[in-house]
This record gives sequence, C-alpha cells and structure tokens, in this order.
Amino acid sequence: MALAWLPARLVGRRAQTATARSLVFTVPGWPGHLPGQHVDVRLTADDGYQAVRSYSLAAPADDDRLELGVQAVSGGEVSPYLADQLPPGERVEMRGPLGNWFVWRPEQTEPVLSVAGGSGVVPLMAMIRAHRSAGSRSLFQLVYSVRGPEDVWYREELEDGGPFLDVRFLHTRRSPHGAARASGRITAADLREPTARLDPVSPVYVCGSTGFVETVGDLLVELFAGRGKEPATIRTEHFG
Amino acid sequence: MTSFSPGFRGRPHSLAQRLPPGQYPTESFPVLSAGPTPRVPAEAWSFTVTTERGETRSWTWEQMMALPQQDTVTDIHCVTRWSKFDTRWRGVSLDVFFDGLETTAGYVVADSYGGYTTSLPLADLLGGRAWIAHTYDGYALSPEHGGPARLLVPHLYFWKSAKWVRGLRLTPEDDPGFWESAGYHPYGDPWREQRHRGD
Ligand SMILES: Cc1cc2nc3c(=O)[nH]c(=O)nc-3n(C[C@H](O)[C@H](O)[C@H](O)COP(=O)(O)OP(=O)(O)OC[C@H]3O[C@@H](n4cnc5c(N)ncnc54)[C@H](O)[C@@H]3O)c2cc1C
Repeated sequence: MALAWLPARLVGRRAQTATARSLVFTVPGWPGHLPGQHVDVRLTADDGYQAVRSYSLAAPADDDRLELGVQAVSGGEVSPYLADQLPPGERVEMRGPLGNWFVWRPEQTEPVLSVAGGSGVVPLMAMIRAHRSAGSRSLFQLVYSVRGPEDVWYREELEDGGPFLDVRFLHTRRSPHGAARASGRITAADLREPTARLDPVSPVYVCGSTGFVETVGDLLVELFAGRGKEPATIRTEHFG
Repeated sequence: MTSFSPGFRGRPHSLAQRLPPGQYPTESFPVLSAGPTPRVPAEAWSFTVTTERGETRSWTWEQMMALPQQDTVTDIHCVTRWSKFDTRWRGVSLDVFFDGLETTAGYVVADSYGGYTTSLPLADLLGGRAWIAHTYDGYALSPEHGGPARLLVPHLYFWKSAKWVRGLRLTPEDDPGFWESAGYHPYGDPWREQRHRGD
C-alpha cells in the first residue's frame, strides 16, 4: 500500500540553538514509527509548487504527536521556513515512517555506540529516548561533535540521562573553559574507549553531514580491524 | 490559496519540467549509503557476471579498462529527493559485458564490495542504458561515490546504481536487494515516483 500524505499541524516550537528548532506536530492517523526513522515533509506554495525534504523523528512514537529537529540552513528552501516561518497552528503535509535500516529497537540488548555530527543528533535522540523509556539496562553511548558549547541540542536530557547513557561532547572550534580535550575534529582517539565497550555484534549508528559520516566510518573500520568486529555492524545516515 | 504551509514560496521553479515529481535540483553531489565506505584499490578490483546456471565471466581492472569506453552525460535522481543535471561519466556499457551471453533469466542482483546488493530487471541493464562507470567529471570515481567502479543506471533511482560493484548475478525471479528488502520499491522509476513499496 502506498504511503499517504497526512496533514500535520504545528503545535509546538522550541529553540535548541540559535538556528535549530524542535518542532512538534500532531498528525491524525499517524501509524507509529521506530526510533531512527524519518518522515518526508511537503510544503505547497500558493501557485501549487511543492518542495519536499526528509526530517528525522526526534522522539519515539507518542500517539499522533511527532517531534522533529530542524537546523535552519542559510539560503535553504525548506528548513528556514519550517524553523522560523510556519505559523503555529498551521499545517504542512507528512509521509512516513521511512527508513527501516537506521533504527534501534527496544528489544536490542547489546551495548550501543552512536556518533552524531551537529543536527545528526536528531534520530539518535529518538533512540536515546526510547532506550530510556524502555528502562533498558544496556549501555547507550553517544559521541556528539559540535562546533561550540552553544551548539549542543537536548543538553539537559543528555547531561542528565542516568547510568545507562554515556555522552561525550567533542568541540571542533570552541571548547568550554578547562576542557581536557583541545578543540578539533573527531579522531580515532575520541572513539577508542567507546568502541572498546562494544560487543562484536553491537550496532554503531553514525549520523551527520556526508563529510562527517565518511570520516567517522573510516575511523571505525580501522578501529574494528583486528578486533574481529565487522564493518557491517556500522549503520550510517547522511543528511546531505 | 492552499490550506497548507501558508506563506511558503519556494525558489524560482523554472527547471520543473526536467525534474521527476518530488525531486529538487542540487549542484552538490550528496551521498546515500547504509554503512561505511569500502576501500577497494583498482588492482584488487574484479568484476564477475554469473549466469543462472552458475557460469561465470570475470574481468580484472586492466581487462575492463581495455574494453571499449563510452562517455555519457545524464541526469541522476536520488530517492532522498535530490536530482543532479548533466553529470559526466566514463565507463563500459553493460551490453559489452553481456555480449553473446546465453541466458533466459529476467532479473539481476548486483553485488558490491562491503555487502550491498540491489536488484533490477536484466532488460534495464541492456540497450545502452547502463554502464560500469569508473570516471566522474574527468576524475577517477572517488570511494564515497562508489569508486573504483559503480553501476550506472540513470533512468532508475540512484540506489540501483550500486556503488563498489563487483558482480552481477542473473536470476530467474526478482530477488530483492538491500533497500528493496528494507521497504523501497522493487523497480524505482523516478518519473512514476516509485520510491517505496506500493508507490
Ligand atoms: C534521511 C534524512 C534525514 C534528515 N534529517 C534531518 C533532520 O533531522 N534535521 C535537519 O535539520 N535536516 C535533516 N535532513 C536534511 C534535510 O532533508 C534538508 O536537506 C535540509 O533541511 C536542507 O534543506 P533546505 O531546503 O533548507 O536547503 P536546500 O534548499 O536543499 O539547500 C541546501 C543548501 O544548498 C544551497 N542551495 C542549493 N540549491 C540552491 C539554489 N538553487 N539556490 C541557492 N542556494 C542553493 C542552500 O543555500 C543551502 O545551503 C535529513 C536528510 C535526510 C536525507
């Protein structure tokens, strides 16, 4: 059966950073989804022109409420409109859920590593929230690369995630005062400890821009070589 | 006045006729893949066609490069909704690899280094519509875009153009590949917007 376009009403908007927003929509008839999946969002102009982009779901299914996380890209056709212009109470259209591969299911019990670059944290946040609400006692790790401390999304939830969530922030441009790690892009050293805690079958989720995902994929494959961990355990999602 | 997305205008949409439904044009070359990028040196690359009876034909990199080469300029369409116009490729037409091969199989599974697979009808690989491509825009195809060589089937969504291709297996029935098993459409015609199963 073809997936239908469903009307989705904006009911909440919250700033995550200066340019990123959490958006909550109600979507009557939403069939539910798995953590890590995404939706297509369709906008229609007065002259009938339509534009569609994909956005990851930031939280597990909660009846007909869906949360997205949108980074406004300057000069972008869709993201600045969603982030700042779509009036509360108004509607767009959505279709989904999409993507059956980049998912974490609450029945999974192996320790997990997830690696986010910037807005790539969105689908990983859905997994982290599902992991928490399932009361899972397996370790969920997030290595989260941001430019500076002011670019962290979901900070409170990530810093206060309990004993089964382990979050490491990597600052590429500006580190907080007294940080042990110098500012800079992700390296093998940043991944050595988190990967050492994985099982051979543990899934690894990597999400962000193409450049970030390619870099991290290469680092992980190298770290796994000689440890008997297959590159096929690495699942990637590219945002552009 | 539509009841959706009030105040949305969009970019000037002059290229609309050249775009399949639901696509937008991009100047960059985004990447879709499910896992890390395999690194395959050209010297270690080989390409094998296997018939439904198990007979094989193989080519090393050198042998493939010695086959007749073709330049192609084409639009490509990714299921993640970007389209890129006038991409320039060099490679070998699949008609060359299949020349004289006896088969009654109707379908093909493409196998890639790294384990990726995709499935499509044999007819879509023949008749000058598909290539093994090794050069993009005048340069050796980079690993993240499928180098050293990828399948190029531009009339279908780009996930059918398997990156890091290492072989084609002929099968009597359609045997769904990676994305086809994960809910994507078995055929994937961008002009009929066949993104997901049931579209
Ligand atoms: C599976 C998936 C999940 C995703 N999840 C998320 C998510 O959770 N959160 C998120 O924020 N994003 C996500 N994305 C990315 C998202 O789909 C969009 O690509 C992103 O929001 C940019 O879209 P846009 O319309 O704003 O920009 P676009 O209009 O597509 O432009 C992108 C960039 O190119 C430039 N550009 C391109 N064409 C032109 C042109 N003709 N004229 C001028 N400038 C141009 C723009 O200036 C801009 O910098 C996801 C993508 C995928 C594939």
